[in-house]
Amino acid sequence: MNTEKQGTMNSLKNICIALSMAPMALMAQERFATRNGHITFFSHTSMEDIEAHNRKVTTVWDATTGAVEFAVLIKAFEFEKALMQEHFNENYMDSNTFPKATFKGKISGVSAADLKKAGTYPVDVTGELTIHGVAKPVTTKGTITVDASGAVKASSEFDVKPEDHGIEIPGVVRKNIAERMKVTVALDYAKM
Amino acid sequence: MLRIALLACAVTVSPVFAQDDLLGLLGEEEAGPVYTNASFKTTRVINGHSLENTAHGVLDFKISHRFGLLNQGIKNFYGLDEAEMRIGLDYGLTDRLMVGLGRSGYQKTVDGFAKYKILKQCDSGCEMPITLAVLATSSITTLQQQDLPWYTPDITDYFTHRISHTFQVVVGRKFSERFTVQLNPGVVHRNLVTRADEPNDVIHISGAGRIKLTKRVAINAEYFYVLPGQLDPLYKNSLSMGFDIETGGHVFQLHFTNSTGMFERAFITETQGTWRDGAIRYGFNISRVFTLHNPKKKPE
Repeated sequence: MNTEKQGTMNSLKNICIALSMAPMALMAQERFATRNGHITFFSHTSMEDIEAHNRKVTTVWDATTGAVEFAVLIKAFEFEKALMQEHFNENYMDSNTFPKATFKGKISGVSAADLKKAGTYPVDVTGELTIHGVAKPVTTKGTITVDASGAVKASSEFDVKPEDHGIEIPGVVRKNIAERMKVTVALDYAKM
Repeated sequence: MLRIALLACAVTVSPVFAQDDLLGLLGEEEAGPVYTNASFKTTRVINGHSLENTAHGVLDFKISHRFGLLNQGIKNFYGLDEAEMRIGLDYGLTDRLMVGLGRSGYQKTVDGFAKYKILKQCDSGCEMPITLAVLATSSITTLQQQDLPWYTPDITDYFTHRISHTFQVVVGRKFSERFTVQLNPGVVHRNLVTRADEPNDVIHISGAGRIKLTKRVAINAEYFYVLPGQLDPLYKNSLSMGFDIETGGHVFQLHFTNSTGMFERAFITETQGTWRDGAIRYGFNISRVFTLHNPKKKPE
């Protein structure tokens, strides 16, 4: 290899490094993520209470821009009764056709700088929730907590109506399934 | 060389522009294996065992009836005036192993079984195209000695004579949300047979399938083929067709069949009459499940 070519290579490498570093320096991306987020839904009727837990929720939050995304594997919801879980997937959620629920939106009310110090920050969350292949706008409140060790936690609670997402509930079980499901989100975010 | 450097440059720079897809930043998911479920609505196709097991900790209470011949007309209310019955309890010891006990009016028989799933068909995260289970059943008739079908005053009534066993492999595949097919090859062993030239072991294979019509209703069919030359010509192959209707905790199986017995030896080796001869009976199985133990419950 001649020296001239090596020179070109070196300068290219430098440009390359500079290019990839520059945006980080400019924007200081503060991104948080987890694959073990916890989402619960709860249905209360006078007939029975139904509760399901999903502890494999994937989410990424860019605190710099506020953008947040969730992917929730439907089959990962665990019920107390095995048959209920089977029916949830087979009869209500069609989880082979729609394996995931997603949320794409924005968290506002907290800045990347806030996350450097301990505190509890009430936030607004807006975005689009897609369940059973049907997207619906969602606006809700949430809380971001930064503890003394700097760990970032997020939580929120909102209602989802199955009929909003084209989930049919037949007459026979209408009394057993609530019109509104209470959805609770609890996340232990880790810095990316 | 230059090209490689440029490529490397492009690769290192590009993630910065991938702002639109935040989840993409996490890379490929490492989700565990997801197994196929609900190949059939319940653990029986109609008479025979299906690919399904009761889940760990779930008790399945089954009541089954087979009525008289449809072609007996109104004087016998199309067969509904008489019925054979079986009451059974099945339980999932683990997600792969289920056991069950049953009592039939047919020859006052007690039957028990164990079914173990060796292979589980996989939806994602693993590669297994089929489900395969092994089944062992036993039945004991508790009839009084003089009521036994093989009774003659000169034969000693050994307890072992009253016992029969069945071994089957249940293998199949849920091809789509709607369509499942399975085969049950196996052997019925009868400790005592009524004629000297009849074999004790009866080799058979069943073919069964289901088509889901709606989310809660499926149509099932099942045919047990006994290899020729093993049974008295009086005994025919068992053919059944019917509907599964599921309503939350219950599964109602309503069907037409030419068999009256509801345990393996009875419907495989002792079915009398064929559909062509009009020997069709109405029957039903009702399954009700109770969750006795929840293995997934995590301490909060």
